[in-house]
Amino acid sequence: MSAVVAEHDDHGDHHDHGPEKGLLRWIITTNHKDIGTLYLVFALAMFFLGGAMALVIRAELFEPGLQFVEPQFFNSMTTMHALIMVFGAVMPAFVGLANWMIPLMIGAPDMALPRMNNMSFWLLVAGALLLASTLFMEGGAPASGWTLYPPLVLQTGAALPFAIFSVHLLGISSIMGAINIIATIFNMRAPGMTLMKMPLFVWTWLITAFLLIAIMPVFAGAVTMLLTDRFFDTSFFDAAGGGDPVLYQHIFWFFGHPEVYVMILPTFGVASTIIPVFARKPLFGYSSMVYATASIAFLSFIVWAHHMFTVGMPVAGELYFMYATMLIAIPTGVKVFNWTATMWKGSMTFETPMLFSIAFVVLFTMGGFTGLMMSVAPSDFQYHDTYFIVAHFHYTLVPASIFIIMAAGYFWLPKWTGNMYDEKLGQLHFWLSAISVNVLFFPQHFLGLAGMPRRIPDYAVQFADWNMVSSIGAFVFGFSQLLFLYIVIKTIRGGTGEEVTGEVWEDASKHSLEWTLPSPLPYHTFTTPPKEIPTEHF
Amino acid sequence: MMNEDTKQKNRKLVRNLVFIAVAMFGFGYVLVPIYDVFCDITGLNGKTASVAAAETARDVDESREVTVEFVTSLNQAAPMTFRAETYKMKVHPGQYYTVNFYAENLTDKPMIARAIPSITPGQAAEFFTKTQCFCFDEQSFEAHESKTMPVRFVVDQKLPEKYKTITLAYTFFDNTEISVKK
Repeated sequence: MSAVVAEHDDHGDHHDHGPEKGLLRWIITTNHKDIGTLYLVFALAMFFLGGAMALVIRAELFEPGLQFVEPQFFNSMTTMHALIMVFGAVMPAFVGLANWMIPLMIGAPDMALPRMNNMSFWLLVAGALLLASTLFMEGGAPASGWTLYPPLVLQTGAALPFAIFSVHLLGISSIMGAINIIATIFNMRAPGMTLMKMPLFVWTWLITAFLLIAIMPVFAGAVTMLLTDRFFDTSFFDAAGGGDPVLYQHIFWFFGHPEVYVMILPTFGVASTIIPVFARKPLFGYSSMVYATASIAFLSFIVWAHHMFTVGMPVAGELYFMYATMLIAIPTGVKVFNWTATMWKGSMTFETPMLFSIAFVVLFTMGGFTGLMMSVAPSDFQYHDTYFIVAHFHYTLVPASIFIIMAAGYFWLPKWTGNMYDEKLGQLHFWLSAISVNVLFFPQHFLGLAGMPRRIPDYAVQFADWNMVSSIGAFVFGFSQLLFLYIVIKTIRGGTGEEVTGEVWEDASKHSLEWTLPSPLPYHTFTTPPKEIPTEHF
Repeated sequence: MMNEDTKQKNRKLVRNLVFIAVAMFGFGYVLVPIYDVFCDITGLNGKTASVAAAETARDVDESREVTVEFVTSLNQAAPMTFRAETYKMKVHPGQYYTVNFYAENLTDKPMIARAIPSITPGQAAEFFTKTQCFCFDEQSFEAHESKTMPVRFVVDQKLPEKYKTITLAYTFFDNTEISVKK
């Protein structure tokens, strides 16, 4: 005991150190708040880059025929848009939120491994730059879809090894981030913060981190096999040498299905954090939320082949993967009902974060239902590789993950900066986004059911009308996001000038620890553990 | 800021988690043999035996007819022609049949090519036995050489009733570059 006290005294005068001055602060920082900010800024930049690519796609599809880009470049755009949005925007945004919020929510002074934290961010930047550089290479960027299926992906030009190494770097970065998050949650909780008292955002991230550690290495292995198939004469996926291209699909989706939950589970966590605050009620069914998250994570490992119903599988296999997939609707349904029950008879107010969260509950449920439609193996043969699947996963990602990341921004920006965002502009941003996102993606259901295939730059004229509607929605949605950028910058620079309390939102401190601290947050927080853990919530 | 005890716990946890990550990288590779064995046992991917079976006397089931279809294709536009003498034939389970395949090298250079067979439906593969096939070995062609390659096969009497048609597909891969390197 005395040794601990002595050490504490030794470091006593370091506590008051503010950040390093100048640009160097951002390069060498090990502070969880700085690194969280870096991740979020990076994710926002990638969101605009990936979004610009999406607009290239929608511009080309505005009318039938080839207008603006070559088919090869078009396919590069669909591939790079997906890779950048998944690995550059959504995942880093949630890691950024985890960095900011997990130590605050569990009453820890920082992440468990601050130096590794810095390294995982800069590896992410290196990986993303490597990926973006393939756009300028001979033969163009990868154009085989983000799934990188052989044999098609092996026809990529000079970009192939760069794309593969960038996947390695992004993977190592995520694994290091995940290890850090698990170590923080297991070893850094304040006294009294038992696992079942943790806010759900912390819980969902704990489970997500385990998913990442289990799947990113498998993906790294799969792309390494692609690399050796292409350059070192192995034949993992080459039929001529005794391999099987379908094997790649199995390995990829063993990674790929849990991967989509890596993007949605933290989304659930943030929604479960925001909705109770604005409903002014405790979260309904806390423990069922935890168990539902764990069940979804477990199920994600045993349903992968529902992505490949059409590849040729015996009926028994199709039935197994069909029923196992349908099972996921149960824990997901538990969550949706819990959010609804949380709002039931609550004293609700509709500030911007709540609006985005409610839109998430409604629109994510729609994305979930189309997922259920596609889990039915016989009808999936009709939906497979059409715009229906494009509509499905965009509903589960854009008005779900992306909306919730923005909700989190509006929710916590006042806490982080001590400045209030402009509520009027926030609501304008919400309504523009919520309407245009439906104009953008809803018609794609019709296109898909009518048989329009995905990943093509041109299409039959009968698809022209809905494609035009979809493209109009895309441009409105895309440019509305510049408003978000403006609001964020304005908030950082002083916001509305309104006084922001430590709580920010009425009674928020009853829900989670971060609201017991002053706004803006000091550079170092919880250097001594909090004395009381908010428990009214449970 | 962090006491020794926590640091110790962190180190141990990180070690274990890194171990899991490395093990999962290995697991990705273990999936390759698992997949092969799994497909071998269940016949899921329609692969046929890669060596010739011995021709044995069998009871011929004259009462039953099964249609066998032949499909030929070339991988990545290999510079060859490749076709079967017939698109389909009706066979009795238990009886041996021979069907000829023709291939020609269209280039001015020698070529080494490999044909990969596949049976549809996959689960019928274990009831389809070949005693002679050009797919068991790599085939070498001189410049512009054409070849007639017989395949001798039998459909097992135990083929379940539900299979009325079996499709045997061959894809020729131009392996010249890879084989020369080896």
